Amino acid sequence: MSDLTELNLAEARDGLKTKAFSAREITDAYLSAIDASNPALNAYISVTHDQARAMADASDEKLAKGEGGTLEGIPLGIKDLFATKGVHTQACSHILDGFQPPYESTVTSNLWRDGAVMLGKLNMDEFAMGSSNETSYYGNVVNPWRRSGGDNAALVPGGSSGGSATATSAHLCVAATGTDTGGSIRQPAAFTGLVGIKPTYGRCSRWGIVAFASSLDQAGPLSRTVRDSAIMLGSMASHDPKDTTSVDLPVPDYEAAVGRDVRGLKVGIPKEYRLDGMPGEIETLWQQGVEWLKQAGAEIVEVSLPYTKYALPSYYIVAPAEASSNLARYDGVRYGLRVPDDDVITMYEKTRSEGFGPEVKRRVMIGTYVLSAGYYDAYYLKAQKIRTLIKRDFEKAFADVDVLLTPTSPNAAFAPGEITDPVTMYLNDIFTVTVNMAGLPGISVPAGLDGRGLPLGLQLIGKAFDEETLFRTAGVLEESAGFTARPEKWW
Amino acid sequence: MLVDSRTPNPKSFISGANGDWELVIGLEVHAQITSKSKLFSASSTSFGGEPNDHVSLVDAAMPGMLPVINKYCVEQAVRTGLGLKAKINKRSVFDRKNYFYPDLPQGYQISQFKDPIVGEGTVHLDMPEDGAVEVGIERLHMEQDAGKSIHDLVPGKSVVDLNRSGVALMEIVSKPDIRSADEAKAYVTKLRSILRYLGTCDGNMEEGSLRADVNVSVRKPGGEFGTRCEIKNVNSIRFIGQAIEYEARRQIDILEDGGQIDQETRLFDPKSGVTRSMRSKEEAHDYRYFPDPDLLPLEFDQDFVDEIAASLPELPDEKKARLIEQYGLSAYDADLLVDDPDTAAYFEAVAQGRDPKHAVNWVMGDLAAHAKSVGKPVHQAGASAEQLGSLIDLISDNTISGKIAKDVLDIVIAEGGNPAKIVDTKGLKQVTDTGAIEAVVDEVIAENPGKVEEVKEKPKMVGWFVGQVMQKSGGKANPQTVNAILAKKLGL
Repeated sequence: MSDLTELNLAEARDGLKTKAFSAREITDAYLSAIDASNPALNAYISVTHDQARAMADASDEKLAKGEGGTLEGIPLGIKDLFATKGVHTQACSHILDGFQPPYESTVTSNLWRDGAVMLGKLNMDEFAMGSSNETSYYGNVVNPWRRSGGDNAALVPGGSSGGSATATSAHLCVAATGTDTGGSIRQPAAFTGLVGIKPTYGRCSRWGIVAFASSLDQAGPLSRTVRDSAIMLGSMASHDPKDTTSVDLPVPDYEAAVGRDVRGLKVGIPKEYRLDGMPGEIETLWQQGVEWLKQAGAEIVEVSLPYTKYALPSYYIVAPAEASSNLARYDGVRYGLRVPDDDVITMYEKTRSEGFGPEVKRRVMIGTYVLSAGYYDAYYLKAQKIRTLIKRDFEKAFADVDVLLTPTSPNAAFAPGEITDPVTMYLNDIFTVTVNMAGLPGISVPAGLDGRGLPLGLQLIGKAFDEETLFRTAGVLEESAGFTARPEKWW
Repeated sequence: MLVDSRTPNPKSFISGANGDWELVIGLEVHAQITSKSKLFSASSTSFGGEPNDHVSLVDAAMPGMLPVINKYCVEQAVRTGLGLKAKINKRSVFDRKNYFYPDLPQGYQISQFKDPIVGEGTVHLDMPEDGAVEVGIERLHMEQDAGKSIHDLVPGKSVVDLNRSGVALMEIVSKPDIRSADEAKAYVTKLRSILRYLGTCDGNMEEGSLRADVNVSVRKPGGEFGTRCEIKNVNSIRFIGQAIEYEARRQIDILEDGGQIDQETRLFDPKSGVTRSMRSKEEAHDYRYFPDPDLLPLEFDQDFVDEIAASLPELPDEKKARLIEQYGLSAYDADLLVDDPDTAAYFEAVAQGRDPKHAVNWVMGDLAAHAKSVGKPVHQAGASAEQLGSLIDLISDNTISGKIAKDVLDIVIAEGGNPAKIVDTKGLKQVTDTGAIEAVVDEVIAENPGKVEEVKEKPKMVGWFVGQVMQKSGGKANPQTVNAILAKKLGL
């Protein structure tokens, strides 16, 4: 039998249905791959061998009876931000040492309901704060991709869903869950040659996902094909009464949208996304995307999103503000790390000083500052106003077009330590944060390689709750790009 | 913007070394919403229970947990707003008030800061001497209660009980319209009464269901508002009065010594009767309020409000007016009765088909006295409205005297039972048979020839004869009949 880890999700699903192989077999194949490869890649921070096999066996029983859900027997990796009952859930932070929740997040519950198998918990930037997976308490995740031309330097997989990206790209899971607050699904997907979608805010329940910035956080999948993401999101999405920001709309058949053509579709090209100093390769790839869609029968329209330039600074006010409050609960009193002291204030200080890494501390401090008396109006309130204007920009654009096409990130994967200035690092999110600020869906599709052989992604931005148009358009891009490149296995 | 709504009243002034001072008081009352479950979780709100028994994942602020608003608490807040004749805001916003404390698991309290659910309203007071006083309500907002830190349970350690964590509170903020400790006490009493009528807060101050932060300042009568101090968490109406009086005197002494008042938060110590500084303005927390991104703005339509308004009970002011009108009660009696809705209902049940004056005298007289002595509300003092009613009937139809009735009431309270049967079995029926009474009168006259002579000089002595006759009859003789016969026989 060929290597089962080579199959994408749709193929694996079909193979399981026809009993070409068992859930146990494909699960074992992935567990072996993880055991062999993880030391080099550091994608998993906890591998749940026993649980995975037990879940696979349960799936096989169902499959034998011709039963089973849409993901029956599909081995997945789960970002450490999702609460998984009795299993490591620490947002890759020292401060949650030993935390194993007595509850399961709604998104992962949905996946298990549909028959998926959990392989383990995936590395990520601490509390999802980072664009390179260099802030994890569990160490850097390594990108399976390397620059061509003999430079063997390790590269970052992007962040914060770096473990999800590397694991899916290196075939250490069929697909993975991620979360995206400012680009944390789409940018790592672009850096590792994957598809990743951040759905509309409210499409997936946030219940049981460790909060970073509540008004921006959304769960979504990373996968090797557009179809796989469509299948995954169909399971992850739901209305959840436990999350009042989740939306009570039926979940469409996303997979059915994949393969539909884009004739007559109006695709907007936002002129403000043409940045000064952007690498020519990114610009060229973007143009290529325009051509592909034009050839497929779409109509290309230039649109304007004038408040784009304010999106990144506003995001870096709103997100840290919410984070500073969301992370206040990690105080050493009830769970996780406690660095004891006789005095409670000192206990807080010691626990939080030791428990949080530098990037988390930086954002907590920024957030605390922008919410402080005397600064609130100048920073937080103004950022919220800009957020409203950004939303309005998109509303106006979507009056004329059906979907927007942009690059996913302004650069390909870089080496760890290459970017040390936080603001330069934050610029990685420049094309993705606007989407979170407006609460819209965005998908990254691998579209080509840069001059050094590294994958680059194109982003499609849709109307609220119109993920179907994203999958449909992404499917066309995927087919036109014919992206088949694979990282050469060095690990 | 502070507006002075009152005309200075010299009766409320506090005299100082060099002239009078006027108190200015505003109250923030924290009232626990009567509800089965907490504001944002399904945990029970019941008082007592083992520590940390009523704690959900949300209350303990486990990672990834989210608040979901309890609709019933929203209804209760709207109901309260309507009871305070206040503006109901159909759109309000929950904010986070950020600070660290071990009994605040989230590291923030979910409250309403800029956009509360209820806006301006009024509480009407009837002061015994000064008559009507209107106290403005600034706002009412909903918020979570904190847990409880316990420092003396485990040696060397502090422990936390989260049973109260997340319980729904209403913070009801008055305008600075109160000008004396008595008015402040009357305000809290009235507010508590309104809340009890509405069923939105049980008003139980001992269990912490109702507590007040008291803002106190002094000024020259009618002058500019002075600097205020906030006395936190006062948990009885009596203490509110004591705290205000102490604090006023403290501030006056400082000002008269040429000092100035520092704006600060103070605590009242009931044992010593003094207020002590808790933290200064400089030490005040920066709470970094911002809208809670986990909760959408709270919005409802006019129908929601109208439905609640339609179910509103008769409130103290209306009930008082009606009792005066319907039963011809004095304002004083009516005030006493309406304070507690159950007492008022009890009175009305007793007064049904009877002389209301008798009913109020018995309810607020003997029964109230008994209730007070056993620390229970009047309607739970041990006599049902039916029992008290039939007792009053026995007086009205001259079956027993008022004096015997008091004894029968004691029996009813102690042993229970039907008053008419008690009177029967214990032979307490009033003797109205003139022949029988005459016989006793004759007996007394015969036994006391000296007194008979005396009474002719001093007619007031007849009382002594009445006493003797009553004693001999076991209190059962009809007093009017005794008087009449004695007058005739003694030739008075």
